[in-house]
Amino acid sequence: MTKYIIKRLLIALPTLIGITIIDYAIMCFAGSPLEMMQGARISQAAVAAKEAALGLDKPFYIQYIMWLGQLLQGNMGFSIKSYEAVSSMIGSHLGPTLLLMGVSLIVSLIMSVPAGIYSAIHQYSKGDYAVVTASFFGSSIPGFFLSLLLVYIFNVTLGILPSGGMVTLGTSGGAGDVAAHMVMPVLVLSVSMAGTNIRYIRSAVLEILQQDYLRTARAKGIGRRSVIYKHALRNALVPIVTVIGMQIPVLFGGAVIVEQLFSWPGLGLMTMSAILNRDYPVIMGVCLLSAVVVLLANLVTDIVYAVVNPAIQYD
Amino acid sequence: MLENDGMDTKPLLQVEGLKKYYTAKSGIFSRNIGEIRAVDGVSFSIHKGETLGLVGESGCGKSTLGRQIVGLEQPTGGRILYKGRDLSHMRKPELKAIRTQLQMVFQDSYSSLNPRKHIFEILAEPMLYHGLADRNNIHQKVEYLLDLVGLAKNALGRYPHEFSGGQRQRIGIAKALSLNPSLLVCDEPVSALDVSIQAQILNLLKNLQKELDLTSIFIGHGLGAVNYVSDRIAVMYLGQIVELADSRELFDHPLHPYSKALFDAVPLADPRTRKRLGGGVIEGEAEILPGPGEGCPFYPRCPRRSRECSAAKMELRPASEGSSHLVSCIHAGQEGVD
Amino acid sequence: MDKHRVTTYEDIARENYWQTVWRRFRHHRLACVSLAVLAVICTAAILAPVIAPYDPEEIAGPFGAAPSFKFILGTDQIGRDMLSRLLYATRISLLVGVLATAISTAIGVILGLLGGYFGGWLDIAIMRFTDMVMSFPYILLVLVAAAIFEPGLWSIILILGFVDWPGIARLVRGNVLSLRETNFVKSSIVAGMPVRHILFSDILPNTVAPILVYATSVMALSMLDEASLSFLGMGVQPPAASLGNMLNSAQSMTVLTKQPWLWLPPGLLIVILVVAINFVGDALRDALDPSAVMTIRKAGTAVPGDEKEDGKGSHAEKGEGAV
Repeated sequence: MTKYIIKRLLIALPTLIGITIIDYAIMCFAGSPLEMMQGARISQAAVAAKEAALGLDKPFYIQYIMWLGQLLQGNMGFSIKSYEAVSSMIGSHLGPTLLLMGVSLIVSLIMSVPAGIYSAIHQYSKGDYAVVTASFFGSSIPGFFLSLLLVYIFNVTLGILPSGGMVTLGTSGGAGDVAAHMVMPVLVLSVSMAGTNIRYIRSAVLEILQQDYLRTARAKGIGRRSVIYKHALRNALVPIVTVIGMQIPVLFGGAVIVEQLFSWPGLGLMTMSAILNRDYPVIMGVCLLSAVVVLLANLVTDIVYAVVNPAIQYD
Repeated sequence: MLENDGMDTKPLLQVEGLKKYYTAKSGIFSRNIGEIRAVDGVSFSIHKGETLGLVGESGCGKSTLGRQIVGLEQPTGGRILYKGRDLSHMRKPELKAIRTQLQMVFQDSYSSLNPRKHIFEILAEPMLYHGLADRNNIHQKVEYLLDLVGLAKNALGRYPHEFSGGQRQRIGIAKALSLNPSLLVCDEPVSALDVSIQAQILNLLKNLQKELDLTSIFIGHGLGAVNYVSDRIAVMYLGQIVELADSRELFDHPLHPYSKALFDAVPLADPRTRKRLGGGVIEGEAEILPGPGEGCPFYPRCPRRSRECSAAKMELRPASEGSSHLVSCIHAGQEGVD
Repeated sequence: MDKHRVTTYEDIARENYWQTVWRRFRHHRLACVSLAVLAVICTAAILAPVIAPYDPEEIAGPFGAAPSFKFILGTDQIGRDMLSRLLYATRISLLVGVLATAISTAIGVILGLLGGYFGGWLDIAIMRFTDMVMSFPYILLVLVAAAIFEPGLWSIILILGFVDWPGIARLVRGNVLSLRETNFVKSSIVAGMPVRHILFSDILPNTVAPILVYATSVMALSMLDEASLSFLGMGVQPPAASLGNMLNSAQSMTVLTKQPWLWLPPGLLIVILVVAINFVGDALRDALDPSAVMTIRKAGTAVPGDEKEDGKGSHAEKGEGAV
């Protein structure tokens, strides 16, 4: 199994490099990446001198290596708009996003795992149909539409939840305040994730339930309940782990829109305004970061997979 | 293509020292730790009109051998000579023309027919592509093929899943014959069928051999079936031919200990015949282990083994002076005629 | 559904593949209803120039008027008829969905066929590239691309098309890998058929089913994405209407609370379209399930396909675009 892990890591390396290349290539469309690293406030003469120093006259693959070098030192460039270092911008906005993503993940799991399992166990029952239909709708509503609906219901009509921001303006917040602000964004994120999760877990558990070894257990006289809860569900761990792994990249994307709508001061909001302002260094920094996170998430999922299921081999 | 000498004494197909090795890998970087010798130095020849049977247990390499002959696998060593010309040294266009001469009937009749196409399409496409038929005569030709294998015309509009196993195998045979091959390789064509249907298909094959003067290689693991259709039989074990003789001769006088045991395993009704074909009970299973191979592959399980067997390089030799019965056991014939 | 004619075994045995699929599809009532709904909506959208009461860009009435007999769905903030705009917007959204799906399916199928059939370096290169593209969070990639290449109808179509193909490519590749080992493909090889025949006449038709199912989810996703992008101002640009940018106005509190006719219809329409497509896709997956369509087959000759055979599909399966 260690072999598998090592092999898996090795496979990930070229992909990682590939990601940086793609990132770099896209940035080249927008301008000179090396230039963006240095910031924009320089005079013309200094520009020329800097160009030679920066190596902008060198071929693009050399520029790439230099860019990569800077990257590994933690320099992700400077925002065109605010002249702040991208890395510190990311750092300051990371917290709220992580909070949002984490809670949404947990909530969506709480919603989807029991529902998916229930649905699979009681296949074709009314409950099953209800769950499946609900999950369809959940995954089909555009996030922004759901947000609008929720704001309409809870903020405008009922007035019980704030419509945006992380803390109420003018106050210093507090856990309760933050929690109140989080309810709607978390709902939006988790509902759409739950929609897909439920379907996935349901079909995975269904498949497990149809396995022959369960039939054997029943034939041996083990009660139905015990069969399901002790034997079958243990194997359901695998799809659940997969689902968690699958959600990380989704969360990144979802956060962008939701943060925009609810003015949640996280990475998504920062990215969105960067995009609207064509602030490329920031955009590419975030892209790179998220791609790397996705890669790592996949990697960890695969490894946990290998730990949980001894039968996996990497050919 | 006519041979220059009318007697046609040159073999249609010759296989010389044919090898197929698979590399066994292990470790993080997939290091090669050895080779699996699926086919390990096989040589024989077939003449026009002859049917050679290839028999052996699962894993002995007979299917791999068959696949190499029709071009589904590339040999790692040795040569295949078709009408005297080396297939491995041919350029693509030449090879393309020859490929149609070597056709195959597969074991699993269902998976050998495209489930999305109806029978007419399945049979007609290769013929049309290779120019063996055109729009005008394609229907005639396809109907002729169906007739040849004993199927009704209304099969043409149907899909493979609508037929029984035996019927599908007939279609498979028709498909293989559609390109007018000189050599037909039948890879366990009846192993997947019910016993009663097996007999039908075997009879069909035998009749086709006669009618079309077909040359064929019949691969199987059922001795009775192989014996029924073959003129000569080669017994394979772990990638090598251990005995090669006319069917009758082999059946009456199996010389290699493995062959003897094979025949022994066939349930015989007549108790006298049972007694006659001595041999011993073989233990263990045939395992192809990666590693160097010298000596007889049957050594680990042979009831008659001796020290020389593990050291000597095994070759097929005539059992006695000038005999066409070839055997690779150095102890063959030593205990007297059975 | 046939109540007066029982389907006999002989009927089933004689069916061709698509008849069987349709028969099984009919059992899913929700899907049939969805199909009907989709048909109605699509027809209305296609006939928009004919049936729309007003020109969608014409300022025909008072600003922000509530629904009335004259303007069935009211007017928007600058006085354009909502119903007409809705019809044209649906048209655009459907167009984007269909075209983006077509492009990504074409790319994915070709790459999957090539990688799966030829194997070796080509396959490795294609798979690595697929992995890389899949690693970028989808929305981000689309947003960035929209930022760099000015937004507009065709940019959006091309961007969505070029970002959605990895899922299909992996799917096709997996299928090709196992189909390559089947005896009928080998039989075609032995018969000397050319590669293009084997790929397009033998292999492709046998993998159409999963492609079709996946394509429906890609289509649903493309429509959601177009809506999201247009909502954010990065997609279809005004004055052209798309279901997404019609919802843009709802960001203001007054519109949200006082003028629901401005944002409820487009939003609901998106939901209906996407839900319907999903239902159809799901029923299609069931109906196309090969293990039940054909009679009992012998154990398959399949070999394990992709290394990551664990359902880690692309964003299309994760429903990313919904947020």
